[in-house]
Amino acid sequence: MQSNTLLLVILALAVVSYFFARHKAFGVLKSNGSVSARHSLPAHYGYLLALWCAIPALAILLGWKLFEPGVINGMLVDSLPQQVVDGGDSRIGLYTNDINNLVEAGGIESIADADKQAAAQKLVSLRSASRLVLTVLVLAALLVSLLVGLRHMQPQTQARVIVEKFIKVILVSCASIAILTTMGIVLSVLFESIRFFQQVGFWEFVTGSKWSPQTAIRADQVGSSGSFGAIPLFTGTMLISVIALIVAVPLGLMSAIYLAEYASARTRSIVKPLLEILAGIPTVVYGFFAALTVAPAIRSMGESIGLSVSSESALAAGAVMGIMIIPFVSSLSDDVITSVPQSIRDASFGLGATQAETIRKVVLPAALPGIVSSVLLAASRAIGETMIVVMAAGLAANLTANPLEAVTTVTVQIVTLLTGDQEFESAKTLAAFALGLMLFVATLLLNVIALYTVRRYREQYD
Amino acid sequence: MDEAQAVLDSIEGTVGEIAVDNPKMSMRDVDVFYAEKQAIFGVDLDVANNEVIAMIGPSGCGKSTFLRCLNRMNDTIPICRVSGSVMLDGDDIYAADQDPVLLRARVGMVFQKPNPFPKSIFDNVAYGARIHGLAANRAELDDIVVGSLKRAGLYEEVKSRLDAPGTSLSGGQQQRLCIARSIAVSPEVILMDEPCSALDPIATARIEELIDELRENYAIAIVTHSMQQAARVSQRTAYFHLGKLVEVGDTNEIFTNPQHELTENYITGRFG
Ligand SMILES: Nc1ncnc2c1ncn2[C@@H]1O[C@H](COP(=O)(O)OP(=O)(O)OP(=O)(O)O)[C@@H](O)[C@H]1O
Ligand SMILES: [Mg+2]
Repeated sequence: MQSNTLLLVILALAVVSYFFARHKAFGVLKSNGSVSARHSLPAHYGYLLALWCAIPALAILLGWKLFEPGVINGMLVDSLPQQVVDGGDSRIGLYTNDINNLVEAGGIESIADADKQAAAQKLVSLRSASRLVLTVLVLAALLVSLLVGLRHMQPQTQARVIVEKFIKVILVSCASIAILTTMGIVLSVLFESIRFFQQVGFWEFVTGSKWSPQTAIRADQVGSSGSFGAIPLFTGTMLISVIALIVAVPLGLMSAIYLAEYASARTRSIVKPLLEILAGIPTVVYGFFAALTVAPAIRSMGESIGLSVSSESALAAGAVMGIMIIPFVSSLSDDVITSVPQSIRDASFGLGATQAETIRKVVLPAALPGIVSSVLLAASRAIGETMIVVMAAGLAANLTANPLEAVTTVTVQIVTLLTGDQEFESAKTLAAFALGLMLFVATLLLNVIALYTVRRYREQYD
Repeated sequence: MDEAQAVLDSIEGTVGEIAVDNPKMSMRDVDVFYAEKQAIFGVDLDVANNEVIAMIGPSGCGKSTFLRCLNRMNDTIPICRVSGSVMLDGDDIYAADQDPVLLRARVGMVFQKPNPFPKSIFDNVAYGARIHGLAANRAELDDIVVGSLKRAGLYEEVKSRLDAPGTSLSGGQQQRLCIARSIAVSPEVILMDEPCSALDPIATARIEELIDELRENYAIAIVTHSMQQAARVSQRTAYFHLGKLVEVGDTNEIFTNPQHELTENYITGRFG
């Protein structure tokens, strides 16, 4: 049977055993009568039998599918002609690949090369054998586990406890998948970065003030030695993010306070979704808005008062980005402000505080942790934003704190490093990983600092 | 529904003397509405200086609503509307030129559930003094805080940890902290809405003692579900039923010799 069919069979059997066990449990309970005799609800017995029946078979199916390609490939390689095996790993890889493709395409009889035809036939027979063994194994497992499970279906079986435990296991494994994925990403970035730092010194990267990653492709090229000083990128990122936060935090926080404390329920129900739309606009749209409308406006404004403004500026990108992240601040802050209990507001009013005093001295301090995390969320959004910067702030890695000049950011450079034809081993490509790692470390630090500050200054209610 | 309406219609006016010789607050013909629904019907009542007046009645009869009229806390509920006159020292507190913010400094409130701010014990008590600018410097502020804590009978228990959060205290201590907080702004009247309902008998006894001491300086109106408590702490008692003030009089009189049938039923435990 195909593995899809097997899967269906397993699931169907699980459903059937659920209903069977539940029905049986009902019957037993009814004849027993007393509530104390029953340990679990009938549905628990149903789930338990379904789990008993499905899990071993599923495990076998999964394990088989995981190891099948490798084992079959190994057996295929063993049977390859000697001259192919002598050709080394890459030759073997190409050859087996070729055979796989031939088998997928069908028509083995028409293969010209006799060796290849033999190998292809071998592959086909291996596969069908594997399928047969798998089918037998899974069906046997189903049968055995069903029988064992049925023997366990006794009134004194603690079905509820077992099912609850199983639910916990599922939850834990979901959580660990998320954590493991993160760890995997971090580790792979870390290893690639280590390779980068073998080519370019760590301190040169961290403290260098010149960024021009073009390396010579041929030995006779001149002038492209490549320098990997990441400082301009990080200052660029910081400059733009700070501008964005300067725009977003006051606007977002004030709107949150208005929405939570002053607006009527009706106004709130209209305004809040409207604000949240801001976060749903694609960033390209913001990008061309910044590049085509805001940047020229800033430029002509600047020039009218005698400032030189480049056509692409950090200010334009930062300001537009600030608008984009307002809802991150406002929506989350609004939620935490609203969830501050009415009782402490009443206490403040009851002492003769005005609404503004109450908000400033009681509500905001109590909501501080949530407000800080909303700002953090907005900040990480700003740090990670790429599109607006590409379109409105340019690609020039200038080391400057002047918001009227063109700058570039870490994420933008990662994109430019990795697009186009690249050799994977080159310093230029690996630099992207190093940048990613630094960015990760920087945001992590930001989070830790913020958490620490919040823990120190927060006022915890209840 | 109709039965309740019939009972409501049968209550005509208030039995007993609503007026006193030295009124601190006097309410006349107070109606309160939540949106369309009327919760208080034409209540007349005086609260005297240096007196504790207890307000009792079945759940939902409008005790809290009426109490919250006395310092305009009902203003914070958008759908709530109050009519009639509420006088404090002869001034109508609902008059257009009256500032509810200043009023609430003169008429303090202690709530049913202890609601300390999530701040330190010191800051909790200092809160009102700070927003009203009662202390010129730190030393004066210290005096106010310590004095209020002492009068609320809490100082000895917390003097070594004034920096600890107010929420770290026990329920009874928190309620005394709330009382200290409200007397720190030197109000003239203190309103208490079931201040002991979340407390055990010992903490309750302490608060009752405290109320008795506070009576020397303040006028106090207390809502309570415990008739023993009303009998212990109050000089006068007002019985509310379905939003009307049925009977008011000396506490002893009310509990030993109620005039109105509804009052008698409630006090003897026969509801409705
Ligand atoms: N915020 C509100 N919105 C609408 N109706 C309210 C509100 N608060 C109270 N009410 C209504 O007003 C009436 C009186 O309520 P109130 O809280 O004053 O009763 P109470 O006598 O204090 O009761 P309890 O002894 O249970 O505290 C009740 O019918 C209640 O449903
Ligand atoms: Mg109440």
